[in-house]
Amino acid sequence: MSTALHIGFIPLIDAAALLVAVDKGFTKTEGLDVTLAPEVSWSNVRDKLNIGHFDAAHLMAPIAIASSLGSGHVKVPVVASFNLGLNGNAITVSPALHAAILHEAEGDPFDPMVTALALARVVASRRRSGAAPLTFGMTFPFSTHNYQLRFWMAAAGVDPEEDVRLVVLPPPYMVDSLANGQVDAFCVGDPWNSVAVDLGVGHILNFVSDILPRAVEKVLAVRQSWAERNPQVLAALVRAAVHAADFIEQPENRAEVADILAHPQRMGVPADVIQRALAGRLKIAPDGTMHEDKNYLLVGRDGAARPDPAQAAWLYAQMVRWGQTSFSPAALEAAMAVFRPGLYDAALGRRPGGTGLAASGLADNALADSALADNALGELGPVDAFAGPRFDPRDLQGYLTSLAIPPRQHA
Amino acid sequence: MGAEPPVKEPSPKIVIVDESPIRAAILEEGLLEAGFTAVVHIREMQSLLSRIYAIDPDVILIDLENPSRDILEQMFQVSRAVRRPIAMFVDQSDAASIQASVDAGVSAYIVDGLKKERIKPILDLCISRFNAFAKLQDELERAKSALEDRKVIDRAKGILMKLKGLTEDEAYVLLRSTAMREKKKIGEIAQSILTASELLK
Repeated sequence: MSTALHIGFIPLIDAAALLVAVDKGFTKTEGLDVTLAPEVSWSNVRDKLNIGHFDAAHLMAPIAIASSLGSGHVKVPVVASFNLGLNGNAITVSPALHAAILHEAEGDPFDPMVTALALARVVASRRRSGAAPLTFGMTFPFSTHNYQLRFWMAAAGVDPEEDVRLVVLPPPYMVDSLANGQVDAFCVGDPWNSVAVDLGVGHILNFVSDILPRAVEKVLAVRQSWAERNPQVLAALVRAAVHAADFIEQPENRAEVADILAHPQRMGVPADVIQRALAGRLKIAPDGTMHEDKNYLLVGRDGAARPDPAQAAWLYAQMVRWGQTSFSPAALEAAMAVFRPGLYDAALGRRPGGTGLAASGLADNALADSALADNALGELGPVDAFAGPRFDPRDLQGYLTSLAIPPRQHA
Repeated sequence: MGAEPPVKEPSPKIVIVDESPIRAAILEEGLLEAGFTAVVHIREMQSLLSRIYAIDPDVILIDLENPSRDILEQMFQVSRAVRRPIAMFVDQSDAASIQASVDAGVSAYIVDGLKKERIKPILDLCISRFNAFAKLQDELERAKSALEDRKVIDRAKGILMKLKGLTEDEAYVLLRSTAMREKKKIGEIAQSILTASELLK
């Protein structure tokens, strides 16, 4: 008997592992009958997951954490036992801002420190001449894009709240807003960066993979209460997603994957735009200049699919840094417990002393124990960045106070 | 004739963010009838936040098909861009209300300070008007597709009459019995006749 699941997603390339798992029949093989529901806003995905319209969702990692902490919205604990993707975002700027940054750049413009310092000089000269502050678009208050933009500019001393304006824009509106001057730049995932370049209204300035080499982006999220009631179903879903991620990462499958994603009911954008992002080879300027980074988007490669609580700690640190929440050791622990490498391992039968979920005895209230066990494993990955002090989840406050722009007070 | 406002305090300022002018009109009319006199409809999504700040509403209603919902989430944040933070009318105690509003396809945001008992009638009205609109649209769709079917069936009958020398009634009986035998709709059988006759032209 197959289990019916409703899963929400936003039409973005980093939903690939979910979409391919369903469209290639990997979920069916696992006994799951999945209905995919495209959504138009992260608020909708969050709310429909919260109230149980969705059993699982393609969710931005910081929203999963904010939901679990009750930051900015109702508190509904969520767990992530599969990373849909690492990286995959880029900073795209208008042709005018691009020219201004290149004019001020001293060194390799692919180096995000060079562009951040150049941005600082552009910001300063605009202030001197009385020009309006630059406006940057991002996708959501609790978004990787918000934190990545802030992290990048703050490293060069640009205060994201004092020196520029950051505004939320739904991804489908990004390109138009750049074209009509509503924003000077944006940070978003693909296809939108490539669409802006193809239309000649934007230049990709930096890949976020050059700013943070391994940044968790989207997770496959479920309510914690649901995970506790349906451990076998969750494990089956993770296995199907792992299967899909492996399939996507084989270069010979890229054309087929791009065709699956290009379908009007999935993303509805040309397959070649999708192929570029999957290959990490993007057209960065309207004149056809290409730039490549094999880590542009990681879907399961190099352990990318396995959740790392250190990544959750980094995102929580950004929330504290920018005043969205106040620091507490309990909240840090709760944030890290959203990411469940133990559930990922258990789904694949890799948990020590067990061969699969049943053998691991991971049922019902064992979930809370497994979260503790996950964190006690001490196998947190490093969270590297292009600038700033070394990130240490065990000394978050030390990390935050040693940053060039110190943390904001939470109101 | 509008009813008296439900409370003596001044009517809360309500903004409706909806790209559908018909649905917004239906909702606005309902609100006015219920005595909520300060209602503004925003149709244009450009500069949404600055428009909302200019109006300075107590309540914002937005349809869930609108990607701009994420823009409103920014209003909860304390920052220079945001003048006064807004809380959403959802708390854990009101699961039924949340469920009903998501089902109806609408979401409400209220400015901190507005009493819960004042928002409830607004939200209830909003939910029922959204549901009424959805029903209306559904009926319209069905009427449209019935009309389409009728046209296709008429053309298929014409083809059968011509090719097989049948009367109109006989052509219809043939269509209907074929549909029953193949467990399909008459419209589908008629459509396949049209397709076949196109191919055989």
